[in-house]
Parts: sequence; structure tokens; C-alpha cells
Amino acid sequence: MTLIESVRDTLAQEMRRDEAIVVLGEDVGKKGGVFLATDGLFGEFGGDRVLDTPLSESMIVGVSIGAAIAGLRPVPEIQFADFIFPAFNQILSEAARMRFRSNGAFACPMTIRAPYGGGVHGALYHSQSVEAFFAHIPGLKVVIPSTPYDARGLLRTSIRDDDPVLFFEHKKMYRSIRGDVPEGDYTIPIGQAKVTREGTHVTIIAYGLMAHYALEAADLLESEGVSAEVVDVRTLRPLDGETLLNSVRKTGKAVIVYEDNRFGGYGAEIAAILAEEAFDHLDGPIVRVTGPDVPGVPYNHVLEDWFMPNPDRIANAVRRLAAY
Amino acid sequence: MATTKTEGKSQTALGSNLGLSRDELIEMYRLMAVTRAVDERMWILNRAGKIPFVISGQGHEGAQVGLAFPLQKGHDWMVPYYRSVASLLTFGMSPREIMLAQFARGVDPSSGGRQMPGHYGIKDRNILSVSSPVATQILHATGIAWAAKLRKQDIVTITYLGEGSSNQGDFHEALNFAGVHQLPVIYVVENNGYAISVPMALQSAVEDIAIRAAGYNMPGVIVDGADVLNCYAAGREAIDRARSGQGPTLIEAKVTRLTAHSSDDQQSKYRNADEMEAEKSRDPLPLFRDQLREAGMLDDAIEAQMLAESRKVVEDATDWAEAQADPDPATAQRHVYADAPPARMDDPLWQGARFIGDGGPFGILGGEE
Repeated sequence: MTLIESVRDTLAQEMRRDEAIVVLGEDVGKKGGVFLATDGLFGEFGGDRVLDTPLSESMIVGVSIGAAIAGLRPVPEIQFADFIFPAFNQILSEAARMRFRSNGAFACPMTIRAPYGGGVHGALYHSQSVEAFFAHIPGLKVVIPSTPYDARGLLRTSIRDDDPVLFFEHKKMYRSIRGDVPEGDYTIPIGQAKVTREGTHVTIIAYGLMAHYALEAADLLESEGVSAEVVDVRTLRPLDGETLLNSVRKTGKAVIVYEDNRFGGYGAEIAAILAEEAFDHLDGPIVRVTGPDVPGVPYNHVLEDWFMPNPDRIANAVRRLAAY
Repeated sequence: MATTKTEGKSQTALGSNLGLSRDELIEMYRLMAVTRAVDERMWILNRAGKIPFVISGQGHEGAQVGLAFPLQKGHDWMVPYYRSVASLLTFGMSPREIMLAQFARGVDPSSGGRQMPGHYGIKDRNILSVSSPVATQILHATGIAWAAKLRKQDIVTITYLGEGSSNQGDFHEALNFAGVHQLPVIYVVENNGYAISVPMALQSAVEDIAIRAAGYNMPGVIVDGADVLNCYAAGREAIDRARSGQGPTLIEAKVTRLTAHSSDDQQSKYRNADEMEAEKSRDPLPLFRDQLREAGMLDDAIEAQMLAESRKVVEDATDWAEAQADPDPATAQRHVYADAPPARMDDPLWQGARFIGDGGPFGILGGEE
């Protein structure tokens, strides 16, 4: 099954399980979402629980906060992560702080889903990686699955979680990534990274689409005698530092890959943690492979290719580091 | 829908046309008087250096008590803002609880001393926690009302904001959504003419915020906030409308701000003395008192008794709240998330200060739980 099928089926299963779950967003109803992530939900659950909203992102999140306070479990969709910023104040000032500022009295259990990422000819405003903004905020959880299996297990956990979760889905993976998804009500805890390939020379740390590119890079390097271990971060906040550190303590070298702009990106936090906690084990600089520091992913395919990290770039960085 | 303006007319028997008994009228007056006494004490405590910040609702009490009086406590929802002391006392918050927020004590039910004074909220009384960015709460009230409608509950949600906040996008996004779904929610704009220092003429393209309701398919009602019974009537009508499934209402209460914006504001920089003096004539407290006296419901003896009682209430609330302990800094990491740190966080690496990210091998900033 594809990643988007996994998301869609999981939403349906969760909505059957718990009547408090409601889906709301732009075009999520009859149309089933611009990517069809909610296709069929309107027919099964009706317009009350699968609600087409006005084009008002702050409203989508703000109303979800109120509904969550009142006992519903909203799963709002922001049509593209690029358009989440009108809701940023509601997410940062309200959802993330509600529990803390009320000394534990109020909570906002809700899962904000948003497709993110480049490589789909989406240009500046349909390609952004926005995870760093949200991973910075205490009170939020940030999840980025990279496989249909993880998407199901993590989406279930996110919806059942009692805190606000940002659930980012890389749109290039929606139909290009397939995988087995077992029947049954399995969940994956938030806060666990996963070693997706064992290796000994270098650790590649990535998430989302980049977790796949890291595996492709590791394949390229294998024939050259470079053994790369790949860790899929999966949940950015809380971060499973232990799994990352164990890997880097073993290999002594780390390449961090993220698609977002380099400066201040989420991988910079990982680099800082590795430097603080694994310094004695490192035998080379911590290296980042990232998008460049331009304000957005440009449209023309040669420009977009110039922007996007890819398996070759990752492999080049690993080669240089392995030889260090 | 049309914007309506209701005029306060003196009634033959005060409140009888509204079905209000003398006891209810006296209770409304008592709530206003206690609120004023609590509010005045807040300023005294500020000048005495005991609380660093005050934000006040003096001049708003009539609108707040009148509009909130018909709500069902413990059933309906209130989503207040930082001037809502009278609304909150009317809806079941106690003066002690208000004072705990001023002193930011550990047992403060609003925030456990985490928020500035004025940021009230009590879960078991359906009063949502207040934040400082304005108008965000309007969407939360709308969401609560949406949930009530989905669940077919006859809960009414009322929320409050200043006229300044009615220029925020969240206000318009909320009213639009409520209009689309005809939600059981009441939006109360307490228009005191100033957004801190900025007068209405520079804030709004229209003189009356209530006419904005027309854009969102709901009635817009203007009430004189100095006329308590007029406010009561408007509140009751809007509450009845919401409860019976007839949708939202925007109410604009024209009130006066008798104090500076906050204890950090000097309103003499932008309001002249004549204006401030003239505004005292719109103080709802003496106006309602005169109404009650004319109706023979209040006399010197009753008033003296009420004054003594409200003094006692304020003394008690102040002394009791002040005597409560500060919050324990060891609790400051609590309630970031619902759960204990996730399973992997059991690792020693993530314990203590390391978990909140100010660790490192040398424990430069952290080291204490």
C-alpha cells in the first residue's frame, strides 16, 4: 500500500473507533482532499465529522483547539505546510501553551496533518519544509513518518495522544513509497527513532523523504566498501537521542540530512546534541547535507534539482567524511 | 441582518418587564460592587509594590454582569479576556480566586502563578484559560460552540474581547465560521473607545463594531454598557437565541474605561482631563445604584451593609491569597506534555535538566530537577 493509502485508511479506522474524532480542513470533504488523503471519509462519516472549512487556516486550528477543549479529538488538515503560517499564532501561543499556562488544567489533543516537502514542482509555496519552526516549541510533538507502516502506527499514536501533534507527510512520498502494512491495531510510540540499515563506518541521520535518499546513498556506497548506518528520526519532538547517539558512538561519524534550508534547520539541533554528548566518540566533523539558504524551492526543474538534496549528494558527503 | 440599537427606558417597576426579582437586581448590583472593590484593591496592591501588574475592568462591570447574568453556571462556557473580572464573578469565580491570580500563588487555579495577573481560567467551571495575544480566544469559543452543536448539547458559549481586538483576523474568521454553521455562541465586544492609546477613529473604519455582524449573517446588537438592565436584556435574548438553535449574536457594549489600560500605562498622555472627568458620568455603578434607589430597592441601610460586606470579601480575598505559598520552582517543568517523558527518555541521558535541553556533558545551565 502507498503512504497516502495508509494515512487514509488509518484515519477511517480511527474515526470508526472513536466518535470524538473529527476531520476538518479545506477540501477534505466531498473532494477528499487535494491529495485524496481524506477520500471516502465524507461518504462514510458525513459532513459533521468531515468538514470542509472556509479558507482560513487560523480558524481551522483555532476552532480545533476549542473543539478539543470541549472533548472532541480534531484532526485538522492544512492543505500544504506552506500555508500553515496564518495558524502559527494559534499553534504556538495557544495549542502549545494551553496545558502549561493552565497548570495542567486544559489540554489540546489534536493532530494537525500537513503535506510538506519539495521535489514535486511545487515551487516556493508548495514545497517548504516547516518542521524546524514547530520542533522548536515545547508543548508540541512533531512526527514525520517515512513508510506506510510507520505512518499508520504513528498516526494512530498521534491521534490518541493528549497533546497537539504536528504530523507532516512528505508529498513526494504519498504515491512513490509503498510498503507492507499489517492488519491489526499496532501503534508506534512517539519518541523512537529507528535504525533502518546497519553499518559500521558512518551514520546517516535523516527523516521523511531524506530517510529514503539516505538508504539509496548507503546502497551506492556499499560497493565501494563504505558501510553506512542509517537512522530514521521519525519523531522530531520528542527526539530519541539515545538511538542517534548509540549509532554515532559506534561509527564515530555522522552525516545529517534535511531538506530544509541549512541555517538553523532541525538537523542543527541534532548536530549540537551529538557534539555535546558524543564528542569523545567522534573522529570527524559532523556534516550536514541540506537544502541551500535561498528563501524557497524554485520551480523550473533544473532549479528544483539544484535545491534538493539527493542520494548522490549524500553519498559524496559520506565519502568525504569516511576518508577523513 | 440588521444592526439593532436598543434604548434603555425606565420601567414602571424596575426589572419587572425582564422578569427580574428584587433579589436578582440586588445580586447584580452586589456583583458589580464587589468587582469594583476587588479591582480598586488590585491598584492599591500594585502601588504598594505587592503585585507588579494590574489590568482592570473598571467601567465595564455593568455590561459584564448584565450580559453574563442569564448564563447557566457549570453548563455554559465562558471564554473571557483580561478585563473580565465582573463576568467571571458572575459566572462563579470567587474573589479569592481572582486575588490568587494577582499574587500568582501556587494554588492559583488559573495558572498556578505561571501567567500574569488577568489571565484567568478554571476548568471545572467551564472558564477557558486566557492568553495575551488578543482575539485568539474568539476562535476557541467558536470551536467549543461547534462541538456543542455536533454533540447536540444545549450549551451556550460566550466570549469577550475589546474593540481593538475586533480588528484581528481571528475575530473575522471566527464570526464567519459561526455564521456559516449558525453556532450557539455570543461574541461580546466591550468597546471602551481605546486600544491602549489608539482611539476608535484610528482603529476602525466603522463607528459601530456591531455592524460587522452583517457580513457574517448574524444579528449585531449595540447596548449601552452603562445600562445594566439593557445589557441583561440583550444578553438574555442572545443566550435564548443560541440555546434554541437560532445561531450566534454579536453584541457591542459601549463602555467606558475608567482607568489606564494597565498599571504600565499613562493615559494622560493621550486622553485629556476633561474627557476622563466626563467619562465618570458613564460609570455603571452609580447609575445602577440610582436606579435601584429610585425603585425603592436600595436605601442607606442596605447600601451600608453591602459596602461593609464587599469590604470584608475583599479583605478576606486579599489576605488569604497573599498568605498562600509561591509555586515551587521544582514544579515548573510540569505540564509541558500530558505524559511523563516518553519511554526512551527513561535513559539517564534524558533525565533531569538534560531532558529540557540545557544539559551537555558539563551541565552548564542545568543540573537541577
